Amino acid sequence: MLEIKNLHASINGKEILKGVNLTIQAGEIHAIMGPNGAGKSTLAWVLSGNPAVEVTHGEINFNGKNLLEMSPEDRSREGIFLSFQYPVEIPGVSMVNFMRTAVNEQRKYKNLEPLSAADFLRLMREKKELVEMDNKLTSRSVNEGFSGGEKKRNEIFQMAMLEPKLAILDETDSGLDIDALRIVANGVNKLKRPDNAALVITHYQRLLDYIIPDFVHVFYDGRIVKTGDKNLALELEEKGYDWIKKEVETPIEQ
Amino acid sequence: MSEDIINQVTQGEYKYGFTTDIDTEVIPMGLNEEIVRLISAKKNEPEWLLDFRIKSYRHWLTMKMPTWAHLEIPPIDFQNISYYAAPRKKSPKSLEEVDPEVLKTFDKLGIPLEEQKALSGMAVDAVMDSISVKTTFKENLAELGIIFCSFSEAVQHHPDLVQKYMGSVVPYTDNFFATLNSAVFSDGSFVYIPKGVRCPMELSTYFRINASNTGQFERTLIVADEDSYVSYLEGCTAPMRDENQLHAAIVEIIALKNAEVKYSTVQNWYPGDKEGKGGIYNFVTKRGICKGENSKISWTQVETGSAITWKYPSCILQGDNSSAEFYSVAVTNHFQQADTGTKMIHLGKNTRSHILSKGISAGFGQNSYRGLVRVSKNADNARNFSQCDSLLLGDKCGAHTFPYMDVNNDTAIVEHEATTSKISEEQIFYCNQRGISTEDAVGLIVNGYAREVINKLPMEFAVEAQKLLQITLEGSVG
Repeated sequence: MLEIKNLHASINGKEILKGVNLTIQAGEIHAIMGPNGAGKSTLAWVLSGNPAVEVTHGEINFNGKNLLEMSPEDRSREGIFLSFQYPVEIPGVSMVNFMRTAVNEQRKYKNLEPLSAADFLRLMREKKELVEMDNKLTSRSVNEGFSGGEKKRNEIFQMAMLEPKLAILDETDSGLDIDALRIVANGVNKLKRPDNAALVITHYQRLLDYIIPDFVHVFYDGRIVKTGDKNLALELEEKGYDWIKKEVETPIEQ
Repeated sequence: MSEDIINQVTQGEYKYGFTTDIDTEVIPMGLNEEIVRLISAKKNEPEWLLDFRIKSYRHWLTMKMPTWAHLEIPPIDFQNISYYAAPRKKSPKSLEEVDPEVLKTFDKLGIPLEEQKALSGMAVDAVMDSISVKTTFKENLAELGIIFCSFSEAVQHHPDLVQKYMGSVVPYTDNFFATLNSAVFSDGSFVYIPKGVRCPMELSTYFRINASNTGQFERTLIVADEDSYVSYLEGCTAPMRDENQLHAAIVEIIALKNAEVKYSTVQNWYPGDKEGKGGIYNFVTKRGICKGENSKISWTQVETGSAITWKYPSCILQGDNSSAEFYSVAVTNHFQQADTGTKMIHLGKNTRSHILSKGISAGFGQNSYRGLVRVSKNADNARNFSQCDSLLLGDKCGAHTFPYMDVNNDTAIVEHEATTSKISEEQIFYCNQRGISTEDAVGLIVNGYAREVINKLPMEFAVEAQKLLQITLEGSVG
């Protein structure tokens, strides 16, 4: 589904990603862990096409298409969804209006008719239940006045509405209490299908108690330095990141 | 936001820039007492009206163009304008007599003058250049005693009403442009709603400038008698021309005891091109008086056109317990300039006014809100709330707020709030990531921002205004 080859990227001229290689198949859940500043969020931005990040080298193939040539909106329409670490407030734009525009843009891209108002509202109701989202939140402006937890839940709600092929969750667990964490994780698990995939970026192991990854990658200094299964996450939790740093920084003698 | 995006979004095209080839009678350019007499004679006016014009003209000669607005106005040569232009076929009795080209023009503008095709629930007075070409549903309204006709017709058929109220809210000495209008005004609309009548349809005047090198100087007078109600809408467009054209209108509203008047404008005069060439200079004096107790006037305006807008729809709250509202969205893009706002003059007791102004600036546009809230000595318990918001798209435009308060009564409560915001790159990217293009994202955000005001417009126009905002800002994401 997704193939990243030797990806280099910089922000304001400073190189952040220094040769990332990653392959994700349909049906898989990948977790990316790593210390602050390792470049985890930058990878999420590159995949979603944030213009603040400049790709200097490398290739990304998404379902047979060159992702780097696509506009951010087309990437979304092709099925890439980013759950933002810091969801943005858009005053004056109601969630209903925002979501209806988004859903219908995706449908237009697939040559489908826009959803009728009734069908759309039915879909909203169904997906709101999935993430146990309060009714009053969807009648408000996008993220305006939402608590940290509500914003994150709103991200998962939007993901449920758009049914992406590849969902990227950028520290969706940060700032969540244990109940909210469970709800968010449940939402992700319920949306899991053999034909979609998820990339879960997290700092802590606890989210991975709920979302069980097939692969865990450790990110350090702009690249993946270690890959393992879910046990790697437990090991990191126990030992911290320092041993990884040491391992990376000590030249391997042969 | 990156340069390209800004450029892209500021490419919105003006859809109404065509001209109509019709036989037009235009009087010679220039302004003098002879011209004023000529206009009056063409309209076969009574003596008192000619006197009013002459008085105004002589007063105008003593005045200077105001310079206090936050506008850069190139010098206007008032001798280089023709003050009267009219499609030659005059006062058609029926639709068959209206020049088919004129009908086509209004059709193209989406204003059908054939009643069977008209929007349900709306009567239209169509004004082209200096004269009214057709008023629809006049007879149906007359059955209720409602008078809705062109100003010239009102002068002929209802001289008492015109003489009683004309100039009573905007005196001929009021200001440079109002005084000029009082001397040379050509046509406009007249509305009278009798006691106790609730006007069953929206009344609307559609102004169209067609002839070149002419100015449009219309006058609208709305009188709502006791316990009556009317909702009135004004729309306007003009062809695209390289030279600037002057539009200086007057609107007067009188609301008597318990009467309510709702006045809505969707102003879409030609704004000039992307380099700032051409466009309408719009200098308009609009004022209403809540004359009787419990009367109410509300102004709603969506200003997207004109090269220069100078306009302050105001209210005098004379009757006790009267109330007034001003809701405004003003957009300036490219090199457009707007200095607009309102004046709320509280004279009566327990009077209330509410001001909500939303400015949107893009390109090199300059947008100023200018508002005065005055509470006089006797206006016990007067209450005003003003909210002025500015939204900036890009970093070459400007937003300015000039609120004035003059409170002479200790029991008054006057509040003012102001905010300035920008559409951020983060907001645009967030929308993009959900599959919404940058242009649609700006449309969503701008319409969301302006929603409170647009919701005040009658249904059909709310939809039109929403589209218009999007077109005006097309390509101007900031």
